[in-house]
Amino acid sequence: MDLIDFFTNYTLRTITLGTAILGAICGMLGSFAVLRKQSLLGDAISHASLPGIALAFIITGVKDPNLILLGALISGLIGTFWIKGITKRTRLKSDTALGLILSLFFGLGILLLTFIQKMPNANQAGLDKYLFGQAATLVEQDVLIMASVTGVSLIVLLLFWKEFKLLLFDPDYTKTLGFNTRFLDILITFFIVLAIVLGLQTVGVILMSAMLLAPAAAARQWTNNLSTMIVLASIFGALSGIFGTAISATQNNLSTGPVIVLIAASFVLISFAFSPSRGLIFREMRFRRNRKELHLKKTLTFMYRIAQNHDNISHPHAIRILNNFQGFTKKSLLKLENQELISLSGKQWALTKKGYEEAASINKKLGKSDD
Amino acid sequence: MIQKKYAIQIDDLTVAYNYKPVLWDIDLLIPEGVLMAVVGPNGAGKSTLIKAILGIIKPIAGSVKIFGKPYKKQVNKVAYVPQKGSVDWDFPTTSLDVVMMGTYGSLGWIKRPGSKEKKQALEALEKVGMLEFKNRQISQLSGGQQQRIFLARALVQNASIYLMDEPFQGVDATTEKAIINILKELRKAGKTLVVVHHDLQTVPEYFDWVTFLNVKGIASGQVKEIFNDNNLTKTYGINYKVAINK
Repeated sequence: MDLIDFFTNYTLRTITLGTAILGAICGMLGSFAVLRKQSLLGDAISHASLPGIALAFIITGVKDPNLILLGALISGLIGTFWIKGITKRTRLKSDTALGLILSLFFGLGILLLTFIQKMPNANQAGLDKYLFGQAATLVEQDVLIMASVTGVSLIVLLLFWKEFKLLLFDPDYTKTLGFNTRFLDILITFFIVLAIVLGLQTVGVILMSAMLLAPAAAARQWTNNLSTMIVLASIFGALSGIFGTAISATQNNLSTGPVIVLIAASFVLISFAFSPSRGLIFREMRFRRNRKELHLKKTLTFMYRIAQNHDNISHPHAIRILNNFQGFTKKSLLKLENQELISLSGKQWALTKKGYEEAASINKKLGKSDD
Repeated sequence: MIQKKYAIQIDDLTVAYNYKPVLWDIDLLIPEGVLMAVVGPNGAGKSTLIKAILGIIKPIAGSVKIFGKPYKKQVNKVAYVPQKGSVDWDFPTTSLDVVMMGTYGSLGWIKRPGSKEKKQALEALEKVGMLEFKNRQISQLSGGQQQRIFLARALVQNASIYLMDEPFQGVDATTEKAIINILKELRKAGKTLVVVHHDLQTVPEYFDWVTFLNVKGIASGQVKEIFNDNNLTKTYGINYKVAINK
């Protein structure tokens, strides 16, 4: 399939739109999960929805995607509240509670899926597509549901923006100001569960948490502003959906969910490497530059101390006497000469007037910041 | 007891996290207008006391009254300065934004802060000497500056009672002086301040009222009357020698 097909093909357009919207809502709500340090909650919720998927089919006997998603939603919510209950009422930490619920529900879900496979009308089920997702099954109605959930959560987000921000930063303080933090918590959690359930059909139970976390983690690298972060996360999420669908559509036999997740992950990698303020590469460069500069400054002030012993500041000294000083190298001397802070002749060095003044001002500045 | 006006009245307060009580049967009357230190060893329940007053922690038994009414009805009269380690300072926001959060309570649900709230926040930042850092990313603030930001956030609340959990923890001498000056100013303006404090040496200099706490309430009253070796020994269990007889 080539690019022209991609833009004219109706099915593909629907799928692309769906994955883009899914990416956007996951990025938006994932930012909350990441900032609340509940990154793993998404993973537990998505796994916890599996028994609901299976049970919905067993009870109703039909493979209606909407009923199945409803089952997933209920079971996901039950899992979430169990996790919260365990953390609150027992001495278990949240990671233990998450792990416990995740494996318990997922195990139960797998058990039910194998049970379904042995049922008489087994082959029609095909419920295992919810494990890894199958974007190709997205139809217009799914996209409409996704769009309306995104719209509603956007409205709620804008309405309670102030309260959410406060809750994310300082939940105890939020409570002391008279806000009902339980209500806010349930609201955020409900929408996170909803977003996860919406993504099950496309990305699947196992990889869903990456959709939630990756765009948010990538966005955090580029900004120190909460609203910018959420907008960026939505954009990264949407782009992951679009590129992921495009790539998997142009190559045969590439399933869409994993490709979308890989694209999202590459956004994270790029962001961690290249973001100007927090990125590893620029940080390392800044670090090295600072060290080099400090080296030069240190050497210069050392020379300054020697030069101060003479009436003539440009009195030449043997390079040899710098040997005891660790910071100096031939390279740093040449650099200082390049900046016209010292002059070199043979095996002798002398401070220039500019170098003397520079060293004096460095000393003064460092002295000032000490007190 | 009824005639005198108490800012905070605590009766039979008992709090437990698991099985062990953290606070046991606390009765405490805090008069209006005092600058009070809460002292006691680690694990004495000092922070828990503050959190129980604020309704962050639900007690097993007992009641807390703020000016004679439950906390929920007096939300706008109480400001809280949590321990600065209680939040993640890598949160994507600025100093000014954090201080603005102090106005959220009086704004109530949904309503957004406007220029009036911004002005209040800027004034509070100036009071704590942090105006030049108003647009600074909070992750780039030093420990002392973070503490000042939290103080400014509480100042914006314009409350009658200030509850502070170790505001001097990990701050340098300059910041400590600046903070205590602001606290004394607040007391002069008739506010009531309850401060969890660790440095026993500075209690007589900073505070006029003190509560000794070690799971149970040991003593509470004026510093010049009850801050003595006897109460310190009762609270800390060992003979605590502090030069206080000035």
